[in-house]
Amino acid sequence: MYSAKDFKKGQPRWCPGCGDHFFLASLHKAMAELGIAPHETAVISGIGCSSRLPYYMNTYAMQTIHGRAAAISTGFKVANPNMSVWQISGDGDGLAIGGNHFIHAVRRNIDINMILLNNRIYGLTKGQYSPTSPRGFVSKSSPYGTVEDPFRPAELCFGARGRFFARAVATDAAGTVEVLKAAANHKGASVCEILQNCVIFNDGTHESVYTSAGRAKNAIYLEHGKPMIFGENKEFGLMQEGFGLKVVKLGENGITEKDILVHDAHCQDNTLQMKLALMEGPDFPIALGVIRDVEAPTYNEAVHEQLDEVAGMKKYHNFQELLMTNDIWEVK
Amino acid sequence: MANEMKVKELDQVVVRFSGDSGDGMQLAGNIFSTISATVGNDISTFPDYPADIRAPQGSLTGVSGFQVHIGAGKVFTPGDQCDVLVAMNAAALKTQYKFAKSTACIIIDTDSFKKSDLEKAAFQTEDPIAEMGIKQDVIAAPITQMVKDCLADTGMDNKAMLKCRNMFALGLVCWLFNRDLAIAENYLREKFAKKPAIAEANIKVIRAGYDYGHNTHASVDHTYKVETTVKVPGKYMDISGNKATAYGLIAAAEKAGLRLFLGSYPITPATDILHELAKHKSLGVTTVQCEDEIAGCATSVGAAFAGALAVTSTSGPGVCLKSEAMNLAVITELPLVVVNVQRGGPSTGLPTKSEQTDLLQALFGRNGESPMPVIAAASPTQCFDAAYDACKIALEHMTPVVLLTDAFVANGSGAWKLPDLASYPAINPPYVTPEMKDNYTPYQRNPETGVRYWAIPGQEGYTHILGGLEKDSKTGAISTAPDNHDLMCRLRAEKVERIPVPDVKVEGCADDADLLIVGFGGTYGHLYSAMQEMNQSGKKVALAHFTHLNPLPKNTAEVLKKYPKVVVAEQNLGQFAGYLRMKVDGFVPYQYNEVKGQPFVVAELVKAFEEIIK
Repeated sequence: MYSAKDFKKGQPRWCPGCGDHFFLASLHKAMAELGIAPHETAVISGIGCSSRLPYYMNTYAMQTIHGRAAAISTGFKVANPNMSVWQISGDGDGLAIGGNHFIHAVRRNIDINMILLNNRIYGLTKGQYSPTSPRGFVSKSSPYGTVEDPFRPAELCFGARGRFFARAVATDAAGTVEVLKAAANHKGASVCEILQNCVIFNDGTHESVYTSAGRAKNAIYLEHGKPMIFGENKEFGLMQEGFGLKVVKLGENGITEKDILVHDAHCQDNTLQMKLALMEGPDFPIALGVIRDVEAPTYNEAVHEQLDEVAGMKKYHNFQELLMTNDIWEVK
Repeated sequence: MANEMKVKELDQVVVRFSGDSGDGMQLAGNIFSTISATVGNDISTFPDYPADIRAPQGSLTGVSGFQVHIGAGKVFTPGDQCDVLVAMNAAALKTQYKFAKSTACIIIDTDSFKKSDLEKAAFQTEDPIAEMGIKQDVIAAPITQMVKDCLADTGMDNKAMLKCRNMFALGLVCWLFNRDLAIAENYLREKFAKKPAIAEANIKVIRAGYDYGHNTHASVDHTYKVETTVKVPGKYMDISGNKATAYGLIAAAEKAGLRLFLGSYPITPATDILHELAKHKSLGVTTVQCEDEIAGCATSVGAAFAGALAVTSTSGPGVCLKSEAMNLAVITELPLVVVNVQRGGPSTGLPTKSEQTDLLQALFGRNGESPMPVIAAASPTQCFDAAYDACKIALEHMTPVVLLTDAFVANGSGAWKLPDLASYPAINPPYVTPEMKDNYTPYQRNPETGVRYWAIPGQEGYTHILGGLEKDSKTGAISTAPDNHDLMCRLRAEKVERIPVPDVKVEGCADDADLLIVGFGGTYGHLYSAMQEMNQSGKKVALAHFTHLNPLPKNTAEVLKKYPKVVVAEQNLGQFAGYLRMKVDGFVPYQYNEVKGQPFVVAELVKAFEEIIK
C-alpha cells in the first residue's frame, strides 16, 4: 500500500557513511511494509546527530530537547493513542541526559517504539565519550581514557522490566527492517538497539559485526523457536552450562543440533534472554534480532481502560454534574 | 442562668483552631467554616500547617492551625488576628497566642497542660496563663476527660476516643456562636458514611461540647452571633484555591471540547491539583504522575502536540526543572498551561509557606527571547477564573501560559458561588481549515492575531514537523538565517503582546486617591481590606490589583500615573515594582515588601500606607 518514498522527506545532512543514513533507509522501508499511514505515524526525537532524523520523515514529527524524547512521546501516545509513535534517540540522548525517562518509559510499558542508535560517542558536540563508551575510551573529554564503566543498554532495559528488546546493525538493512517491524508489532515499549558507526569520531566501534562477512563470523541471528546456531558455516551453537552459556561446535563431542538451545523470545523469565543480550566477542557472538518479546498490559491502554471503567462507575460526566458532587448550600 | 447570657452581634469574627498535627484541627476548622457558610456568612480560611513531616507530639514545631474569618458581609482575608483561639495543647497556646486579639476568648484543654506537656512546650512554670501574661477570657475545660467520659460506653479504645477531642472543641465553638449543630451532624454522617460508628461518636462529642458550653456558660459572659447581611442568592460551596484551579482546568477543557491532560510530579504545595484531577476520570481527565518535574512538562508538551489541553502543575523549584520544556512549547507554539503554586524559595526554601517570589522567573526565567503570558490568581475562589482564562489564552493563542498562584491562595478557601459554564466565553483554538490541506506549514499565521494554526496529528494532509530549532517563518524548515531569526523572535513576542486582556480595575477612591495601592495575585484580599479600612477612616486610597501580568492591561501606564503616590505591595523584594518600572517609563513607586512566608497583616499594611500618605 505504501512505499518507502511515501515516508521520505528532505535531504539528510549526516556525514557520508554515517550509520544514520542506513538506519533511516531501513526505517522508511519498515514503515512502508507495516502499512501504517504517514499521517497516523509520529516520529519524535531528542537532540544529537541521530535526533535529526524526524526532519527526514514525511509523518507527524517533532525534534524536541535533549533527553526528553521518551517523556514527550509518552505524553503524545497517551493523548493520541491511535498514532504509531517512534522515539528516536542516540546513546547520549537516551541513556545519559535522558536515562531517567528511558527507564521509566520502559517500566510503564507505554506502547512506543524506542530506537536507540548506539555509536558510543557524542557526535554532534564533536567527540566526547558517551555512557556506552567502553572503560578506558580515549576521546576529547577523556584524553587519558575514561575511568568509568559503560551502560549495556539491554541490561538497563531489562532492569526496567523491559518486555521487548531487539538489536540490529545499521548496515544490515534486512536485519534492521525485521527488528523494526517486530518492534512496531509488539504492544508496549519496544527497545531496539541499533549498532552504528560514527565515521568521524568513533570509526570502527562495531567493526566486528559491521559487514555481512563480520556478522557471519561474529554475530548470531536469534529467531524465536529456532536453535541458536551461528558461524560462517553454521558450525557453532549455544548451550547452557551451569549459570551461563557456552559456545559449542556441532559434531564435536557428539553434539548435534538437538543439543543446542532453542531461542524463546516469549519467555517471561528474562534470565537467558539477558545472557544472550550481553554476549560479547571474542568468546561469544553478538546477538542480533529479537531477543525478548513478551506480552504485558500497555500503559496507554490501561490508562484508557481505567478512564472508561471509572466513567462507568461514577455518576458525574460533565462539569455541571461534578459541581453537584460537593457540599452545596443555597442562599436565597 | 441561661437567660442571663448576652449575645453579641458581630459583623465579622475570626476563629483559629490550633493543636498538635494529629489533633484534627483542619477538620474542625473545615466543619465550622461549612456551617457558617451554609447559613449565608462569607468565609475565608487559611490552614497553617507545620513544615515538619511529623514533629514530635506536643512539640512547638508540631502545631497545626486553621483560621477562618466569618463575615456578615464580604470578607477578603482569613483575618490578621482571631477573636476566638482554640489551643488543644500547651504548645499550641505558646505558638498561637500571638494571633489572639486583646479581646479574644481562648479555649484550652486543661488535660493537655500537664507537666510533661508544659515541658515540651518550653514553659518555665506550671502556670502558662500567668507566664504568658494572658489577660483575655480563658475557657479552661478538661476536654480530654470529658470526651472519654462521653464515649465511655461505646467500647472505643483510648486512641480512637482521643481522636474525637477536636469535635468537643468544635461543639464548644458552635455553642459560642449559636450555631445549629444539625449541619455539622450531616457533614459528619456524610464524611464517615462508610464508618457510621465513628460518625455517631463524633456527633456525640460535638453535642457534649455544645452542652458543656450551654450548661456551664464556660466562664464567659456572652456568646456571639454573626448574621448574614449581604446575601447574593445562589448555590455555593467552600472551595480551596488548588481545587478551584483544578475545576477551572476541567471547565476549560469541556468548553474547548478537548481532553484534559496533566503531566505532573508531586510537590508541595501544588500536589492537591494532581490529587483533584486524578479523581475525575469520569470526565476524561488524564493524569500522568511522571518520573520527575522535567517529564511532567515534557509529557504535557507531547500531549499538546497530540491535541490535548495540556497542563503541568508544580511549584517554584519544579519550574526551574520545567523551564527547558516550557521553552520548547514557546518555540513550537503549542498550547500549554504551567501552574506554579508559589512557595518560599530559593531552593527548597519554605515548602509549605507562601511567597510571590517567582514572578520574574515566570516572566523571564528561560533562555533566549521567551515571551510567555503570565496570569496570577487573586484569591482561592478566583483560581477558577484564572485557570479558565489561562487555558483560553493558551489554546486560542497557541502559547504556553504561566498561571501563578501561591501556597496561601492554594490552601486557603472561600465560599464560591457555583459558576454557570454556559455564561463563560467560548474557547476556539485556531484549528487548521480544510483549505489548508496538503499546503499546511506550521508557521503560517493569522494576520490579525499572529497566531499559527493547529493541526492535530492523525489528520491526512497536515503532516508537519515541529522542533526546538529555529524555523523559517514561511516554510517551517530549519533556518539559522539572521533575518529570519530576528523576525521569528519578534513574531513570537508580538503574538503574546496582542493577547487581549481586561483593563486593570481601580477600586476605592478611584477619582481622587492620594495613594494608589498596587499589587498582584494572592495578596488581593489583604490589600483590599487595607484600602477599605483606610477609606473608612477618611483616607483617600485606591487599589489597582493585577491578575494579568503579561501582557499587562492596556491602561496600566494611565492608571499608574494618575495618582500622586503609588505603592507597590508584594511578597518579594520588589519584583513587580521593578517589572512595572521596566514597562512604564518614569514610574517610581513606593514599595512595601515582605518575604516572611506568611500572609500580609492588614494592620501592618495600613500603618505602612499611612506613613506614605502623610
